[in-house]
Amino acid sequence: MNLVAAFAAGLVFGIGLILSGMTDPGKVIGFLDLAGYWDPSLAFVMGGAILVGFFAFRLAGARGKAFLGGALHLPQRRDLDARLVAGSVVFGIGWGLAGFCPGPALVAFGSGVDQAAVFVAAMLGGMVLFHAAERLR
Amino acid sequence: MTVDWSHFTPWSSLAGGMLIGLAAAMLVLLNGRVAGISGIVGGLLVPRGGDIGWRLAFVGGLLVAPAAMSFYDVNPRIDAGFGTLAAAGLLVGIGTSYGSGCTSGHGVCGLSRLSPRSLVATLTFMGAGMATVLVTRHLL
Repeated sequence: MNLVAAFAAGLVFGIGLILSGMTDPGKVIGFLDLAGYWDPSLAFVMGGAILVGFFAFRLAGARGKAFLGGALHLPQRRDLDARLVAGSVVFGIGWGLAGFCPGPALVAFGSGVDQAAVFVAAMLGGMVLFHAAERLR
Repeated sequence: MTVDWSHFTPWSSLAGGMLIGLAAAMLVLLNGRVAGISGIVGGLLVPRGGDIGWRLAFVGGLLVAPAAMSFYDVNPRIDAGFGTLAAAGLLVGIGTSYGSGCTSGHGVCGLSRLSPRSLVATLTFMGAGMATVLVTRHLL
């Protein structure tokens, strides 16, 4: 049941990304391009998602556990550190270079876009590098 | 600033965004998990027992979404070459790992939870993305 729910959530998430236009890197670049022709769509995507998410996370927090049983896994940290900011800078540069972030890239990969396959492979490589570096610490 | 009215899609983007919020709601309410794509994928690379199935199922859902939406025309505009795509993917993989999240984990779920870390992360990666587009599309 847990697997069916997770699959359904992924499916709805992917459909949302496609409907919202976020699987088109040109649309994402259009949002980031304040000096060019600016496409505000991405702000509407985030606004719509947070509008629903806000109530969902409040409900989840109030209940304290998952409806299918099992614990609620929410990040607990509230401190700010250099890794958070530096990592987000590096992510933002990669995001601005190609217009892909992880979710839309995976969905575009699922639709058979060659460029997304290259991006996803490199992204997985970057994550493997991170884990390797963490093990050396 | 000039608004690109020809590409601006307020209604489908708002509706799609609400579906993304619904998906995040399903995952946190039913499975007790945060719908952060980079974290979900990253967790598959250092597998721990009992923590794999839901991740694979969620990613599977993402991958088959295009088949469910085959009636909907997307026409992605991708002008980055393969070298740029590889560099961008590498940066996104490393950056989201160190920054503990991406547009979904910080931008959608984190902001929904009013997390200060996610607010800082979201403002930071949006600023860095905007600066990158400014440099690559207008200054270089």
